Amino acid sequence: MSTQQSRSAAKVMLAPAVVLLMAWMLVPLSMTLYFSFKKYLPLRGGDLGWVGFDNYTRFVSSSSFWPAIGTTLLIVGGVLFITVTLGILFSLLLNQPFWGQGIVRIMFIAPFFVMPTVSGLVWKNMFMDPVNGFFAHLSRAFGSEPIQWLSQESILSLTIILSWQWLPFATLILLTAIQSLDSEQIEAAEMDGARLLGRFWFIIIPHLARAITIVILIQTIFLLAIFAEIFVTTAGAFGTKTLTYLIFQRVLESQNVGLGSAGGVYAIILANIIAIFLMRIVGKNLSD
Amino acid sequence: MSHIHLKDVSKKFGDTEVIPPLNLEIKDGEFVVFVGPSGCGKSTLLRLIAGLEDVSSGRILINGEDATEVSPAKRKLAMVFQSYALYPHMTVRKNIAFPLRMAGLSSTEQGKKVEDAAKVLNLSEYLDRKPGQLSGGQRQRVAIGRAIVREPQAFLFDEPLSNLDAALRVGMRVEISELHKRLATTMIYVTHDQIEAMTMADKIVVLQNGRIEQVGTPLDLYRSPLNVFVAGFIGSPKMNIIEGPQASKYKSASIGIRPEHIAISDSTGTWKGTIGVSEQLGSDTFFHVKCEFQDQSITVRAIGGLELAYGQTVFLTPEKEHLHRFDKDGLRIK
Repeated sequence: MSTQQSRSAAKVMLAPAVVLLMAWMLVPLSMTLYFSFKKYLPLRGGDLGWVGFDNYTRFVSSSSFWPAIGTTLLIVGGVLFITVTLGILFSLLLNQPFWGQGIVRIMFIAPFFVMPTVSGLVWKNMFMDPVNGFFAHLSRAFGSEPIQWLSQESILSLTIILSWQWLPFATLILLTAIQSLDSEQIEAAEMDGARLLGRFWFIIIPHLARAITIVILIQTIFLLAIFAEIFVTTAGAFGTKTLTYLIFQRVLESQNVGLGSAGGVYAIILANIIAIFLMRIVGKNLSD
Repeated sequence: MSHIHLKDVSKKFGDTEVIPPLNLEIKDGEFVVFVGPSGCGKSTLLRLIAGLEDVSSGRILINGEDATEVSPAKRKLAMVFQSYALYPHMTVRKNIAFPLRMAGLSSTEQGKKVEDAAKVLNLSEYLDRKPGQLSGGQRQRVAIGRAIVREPQAFLFDEPLSNLDAALRVGMRVEISELHKRLATTMIYVTHDQIEAMTMADKIVVLQNGRIEQVGTPLDLYRSPLNVFVAGFIGSPKMNIIEGPQASKYKSASIGIRPEHIAISDSTGTWKGTIGVSEQLGSDTFFHVKCEFQDQSITVRAIGGLELAYGQTVFLTPEKEHLHRFDKDGLRIK
């Protein structure tokens, strides 16, 4: 189909896009690497020369490093668990024929369109505020002391906010997967004596396996980088400092670009380790 | 061992009545074929028997017991679906074992029954493959295997051969017939292909618009169709139906004559016509003959490779004893 000439023409025409993309990725990456080996304090003397792996050891030995990793994993894991579980249930529900199905489906996607900053603020002020929040009113209506969500249950609160944001995405992907399930398979299982739970466990869940891994993969990539939700709600207080947030604090609050860059390199490594694991699982599921 | 009895069974989807109340009795060990054009309600009828659809009125008796409200699993019927409906993530072994596993059999019992079924269906080599790695015919056999391990009261087949190519279809037709002879279990088979119906059935049920047009053995239906619809539907090529003055000669609104019951000659005969298309099959030849009194050409079968040229004038003579007469409602005149 393609001649020698058309192939080389294609290469020439692709080149600008490739070069642009490479520059887009490689320039920030190499700058991060460059700064991570420097003592660079913009407001306290600027570039103070090379320091080798000093930034790397300092970032890891800082007392906030391991808690930040823990918080990151806790939030990511919690959100994944909630969105996948509820996503499966909601997609089963939305797949049933009912009056107003189209409207409900569109409404259901709505949280995904709300900007992270906005949703963080809405949850903080309208739901989780210990004085005027909806939850506080609810607690008082039952005569109990309102929970100070963002300070007492800070990680749980963030997990709830993020789950609310990401549930539509998970549900949408799982809904399309459920719609592709052959109804004759369900009927065959019914004839074979599988009850409701049996059909769910042996037919529907295996059918969804691929979609579930894709949801987990994509969400993990995005959840590792969440920032706005933490910034507008707790600003990293009450143990909600994730790795991303810690890097932000090192660079902007402590004005230590070198240390923050070293943290950035750790984040890249962590994301890649997780990505490799997930890609393996997805690859295994896709090859079946 | 079972006989199935449908009493005044009807089915409505919303306001449209797909199946008006009908009665049907299926005897123990019979091979019954539901046949009809697409949309005639034959699959719906099968699904009513399976319990996958609820009846709108009437009762379904299995072995004399009312099964109308019984769930599909408890009716002890096994179904083979048109798409086979194999579970794609399970191996052939697990697919066949699934109903046993759901019934709570021990894994050794499951294993033994699966091996037995696989042996019967020549699937032993494929037990550890997944459905995606099998050919159409093998998938079909896995679906049948999944049905036979349960030792059901009756088998239900929903157009099981329509996804196979022509050569395989003939082979599977014979295999299913042999399976029926060996198991001697009641089988209900749905198809739109009258050849499948003719070759496999003990009893054919011809359906149109949800109504039963005729029930009988293949030869009953062939020799004495009760109405014009059955006459035209059973037999290949189709029976010639002739209306108008030619039919009134026989004191009927329309007459039917099968292609094999017309004599063709180049000199004398009852009807004069010209040869149109001719189909040479070697063993016999089908001529499409254009007659003045009929828009549609009349199909005639001549044994052997009789050669008549396009446009040649010929004379047709129907065999009187094989002439079917129908009244103005399309019903057979005795």
